[in-house]
Amino acid sequence: MPEAERPIAAISVENLRVSYGTREILHGISFEVLKGETLVILGGSGSGKSTLLRTMVGLQRPTSGEVYINGTATSRLSERDMDVIRMKMGMSFQAGALFGSMTVGENVALPLREHTRLEESTIEIMVRIKLGQVGLSKFQDFMPSELSGGMKKRAAVARALAMDPEILFFDEPSAGLDPIVAAGLDQLILNLKKAYSISIVVVTHELASAFLIADRMVLVDRGHIIATGTVEELQASTHPRVRQFLDRVPEAEVAEELDSLEILTGDREKE
Amino acid sequence: MRVAQRIEQVPGTIGLKTLEGLAYLGSLAELAGRSVYITFVGPFKGKPLRPQRAIHQGMAVGVEAIPIVSMITMLFGLILALQMAHELKKFGMLQLVPEAVIVSTLRELGPLITAIVVIGRSGSAFAAEIGTKKVTEEVDALRTMAFDPVGFLVAPKFLAMIVMLPALTIWANLMGAVGGSIFGVLGAGFTFQSYLRATLDAVVLSDVFTGLTKSVVFAIVITAVGCREGFGTGAGAEEVGRSTTSAVVTSIFMVVLVDMIFTTIFYMTSGAKG
Repeated sequence: MPEAERPIAAISVENLRVSYGTREILHGISFEVLKGETLVILGGSGSGKSTLLRTMVGLQRPTSGEVYINGTATSRLSERDMDVIRMKMGMSFQAGALFGSMTVGENVALPLREHTRLEESTIEIMVRIKLGQVGLSKFQDFMPSELSGGMKKRAAVARALAMDPEILFFDEPSAGLDPIVAAGLDQLILNLKKAYSISIVVVTHELASAFLIADRMVLVDRGHIIATGTVEELQASTHPRVRQFLDRVPEAEVAEELDSLEILTGDREKE
Repeated sequence: MRVAQRIEQVPGTIGLKTLEGLAYLGSLAELAGRSVYITFVGPFKGKPLRPQRAIHQGMAVGVEAIPIVSMITMLFGLILALQMAHELKKFGMLQLVPEAVIVSTLRELGPLITAIVVIGRSGSAFAAEIGTKKVTEEVDALRTMAFDPVGFLVAPKFLAMIVMLPALTIWANLMGAVGGSIFGVLGAGFTFQSYLRATLDAVVLSDVFTGLTKSVVFAIVITAVGCREGFGTGAGAEEVGRSTTSAVVTSIFMVVLVDMIFTTIFYMTSGAKG
């Protein structure tokens, strides 16, 4: 392996702060996604990982800090300029977010039809290729409502791949899926890794999937990054919150007698 | 002390509500303006229009509304004829019923009733469609795929509505006349032909013009409010219901408001007509 090559960052997040109104969700996050690597953003509910993902793809504007995509600063771009960058990105949403009024094939064809001047016949072939890659070749003319949850997610991946993106984003790919179907989706992501030199960012809280697909991981907790590194590095961590997350330890229960009394007789918090 | 505090808050609340109202109108104008730009200016700047979506919307907004609009406006024509006859009878002037019906229909009831039916059908549908798309992240998906949600979801609706609502209104006017003729034939001694003859004799161009102008403006208002409420939907299914209701109520109010403004303008500019 050539020594002098410093890996280039496909995405670089620097001191990112994001707020909804007056509530700050992310308190100065910094990390990198190197070209061709799969980064998993782990975190519990309310940790801010979904906000982080939305900010990275430009759906949310940060209050301060910067997101660099292939070297371009994106936080202050206009929607039109951001669209240019989005052409090279693909995103698979948590519930698939397929357009319900179109068939699966039309969903996948949509970006090709609108953004390119390709012939219909070419688009048709590309749609079949993409659907074949996710294992949905026979479902081209199905409506999204006729698909199961796992199939919807696969279709969403096919649509995200339609324009041959350089960066793929996944929002909770295994959410709501049974273990077998979830494993199938993990395998799909692994296949994509092998087939393309694509940078992949996955937001999830499913540990098993994360360990399987990640090159590196980032653990987000309450708006801060509390751990970064390879799977081995994270598994060897001694940070208490990291250990709690990885070992599936629930939040400490109220054990003190006096605390129980307070709960039963004290003022209600949210008046 | 509490009462004094409450009274102190009133000017502030009024100010806040006014600002919110103006912001709302601003967002409506933005949606309308961007849709006009995308529909009429975009094609000259290398972004061709795909009429497919607008045609599909047009079918839903216009063609599928014909049965219900026909029935309602025909009944209204009959109602109008009966009410007019009620007064005209006192002066023994039942032969004026056709004129009274058609002028009221063309200028006022045709555009207004059609608009209200379309609000119920399409204004709510727009809000529900866009609201549901917002809740299921389809709007976000559009953005990440480098599409403009306004160009994709709103502009086709505007184009469809601006074409279809005036067309529906014209049809509704005809149905209103037909409805009036029912009374004319059964209760005022007309024949169908003589009633229609009397109707046509009474029509003046300005009657048609004022009515259709109103319906174009109604079309813009209905689409803007329906889409604006859709985009303003919060999270969850309840929110979709809320924003749909709000779309219908707000549309009806604004349509009547616009109607009043235009009727006043047309009245004042009608000069010294008899």
